[in-house]
Amino acid sequence: MLSKRIISCLDVRDGKLAKSVRFVDTKDIGDPVAQAKKYYEAGLDELVFYDITASSEGRNIMIDVVERVAAQVFIPFSVGGGLRTVEDCSRVLLAGAEKINVNSAAVKRPELISEASRAFGAQAVVLSMDVLRVEPSAKIPSGYEIIINGGRTPMGLDAIQWAKRGQDLGAGELVVNSIDADGTKQGYELRLTRLVAEAVGIPVIASGGGGKPDHLYDVLTEGKADAALVASMLHYGEYTVNEIKEYLVERGIKIRMTVDPSTLLEAGRGRLTVKKR
Amino acid sequence: MITIVDYKAGNLTSVKRALEALGIQNQITADPETVRRAEQIIFPGVGHAAAAMNVLKERGLDSALVEAVRGGTPTLGICIGCQIILSHSEEGDTPGLGLLPGVCTRFQVRDESLKIPHMGWNAVTVTRPHPILAHLHPDDEFYFVHSYFPQPENVENVFATCEYGITFPAAIGKDNLFAVQFHAEKSGPMGLQLLKNFAEWKPC
Repeated sequence: MLSKRIISCLDVRDGKLAKSVRFVDTKDIGDPVAQAKKYYEAGLDELVFYDITASSEGRNIMIDVVERVAAQVFIPFSVGGGLRTVEDCSRVLLAGAEKINVNSAAVKRPELISEASRAFGAQAVVLSMDVLRVEPSAKIPSGYEIIINGGRTPMGLDAIQWAKRGQDLGAGELVVNSIDADGTKQGYELRLTRLVAEAVGIPVIASGGGGKPDHLYDVLTEGKADAALVASMLHYGEYTVNEIKEYLVERGIKIRMTVDPSTLLEAGRGRLTVKKR
Repeated sequence: MITIVDYKAGNLTSVKRALEALGIQNQITADPETVRRAEQIIFPGVGHAAAAMNVLKERGLDSALVEAVRGGTPTLGICIGCQIILSHSEEGDTPGLGLLPGVCTRFQVRDESLKIPHMGWNAVTVTRPHPILAHLHPDDEFYFVHSYFPQPENVENVFATCEYGITFPAAIGKDNLFAVQFHAEKSGPMGLQLLKNFAEWKPC
């Protein structure tokens, strides 16, 4: 059986980790590449990088970050932020990302999803959506509305309908981020996640609200998510990847348990030593 | 020196980077002559089987690959590279390279909770020991992204399997040819181990 995935996201500005992310190990503060490598070695299943840079120089720095991550991190990772054209996406993929991640740009111009899907395959296209709970209406029957521009602009678009449209346009995966739950650490938005997961046939990654391993259990079972995105729980050192995974395994969730860190590549020598777990 | 075959199939640079991290010399080529002369070949790929076959033919790489494999060059196929070594693929209804008798079939999943493509980490069970699968443990997981799976005609060509609604072949091979359906280059330390095993493999 397929394992449920534990994914983390790193916000990058001008090639550095964004300030919102504070880390326990002071040595790694600021460097997204070092942090990505640390999470890879800790057994994380996948990574997401959001480029929150505004300038075009920043974009070039991001490509360099992607290349350096790809040289050291051998799990899938996606890159999002500022990708508006197939050419933008292509640069990121050539630099070594497995997937591209689109959000506001896809709401403004949905063809971006189909163009990217045709060019790179659906498996390489992740559609992220920021969702706010609203009063159900004729326009927003589910009571969940799509918001863009980092949570600032409501679009009058129903989240469930947008999820289905995204799938039809060729997205291979969905990240469903609840603005209501984000930052609360009170648990994921289970109802929203389940509604989306039941509406589409592609994997759904739950995002926003994860504060303890119990919350991941809930969203991977009741919320029907295929993967859970964790941010502050890991970034602030409140839990390790292993603590989260062991908790989920104990509660019967199929999770990829990773090998001992001593099995990792010995730098520069091209040799792997593999020990029994 | 490992020669990575370039046929516009996506994950070439990922494979290259993984080999570099292992300190294994490699080159990417689209030149059929270089493939014919290669010491070892990795034949990766993401995408569509029929499209992949078309590019191989356009570049004259199809016959170069067939000659190299028949001539005894150790060759590793990955993902699409695992599918089009077979005689036929249902994806685009295309003949494959015919290096291994068998077909590539789409998942027919009855359980609606099983999504297609099969995407994510899944355990691979070794059913027949092989030097390329050395040092793997029973629960080791690898990263998969695919809607079709390889089905060799002969069960002795299957070396490892995976469960997704059904049990399907995840690693297949014959003589100097080996292929995995999962992305070894994105499968963490165990994926690197497999690539290293391939680099050191001396098929008899």
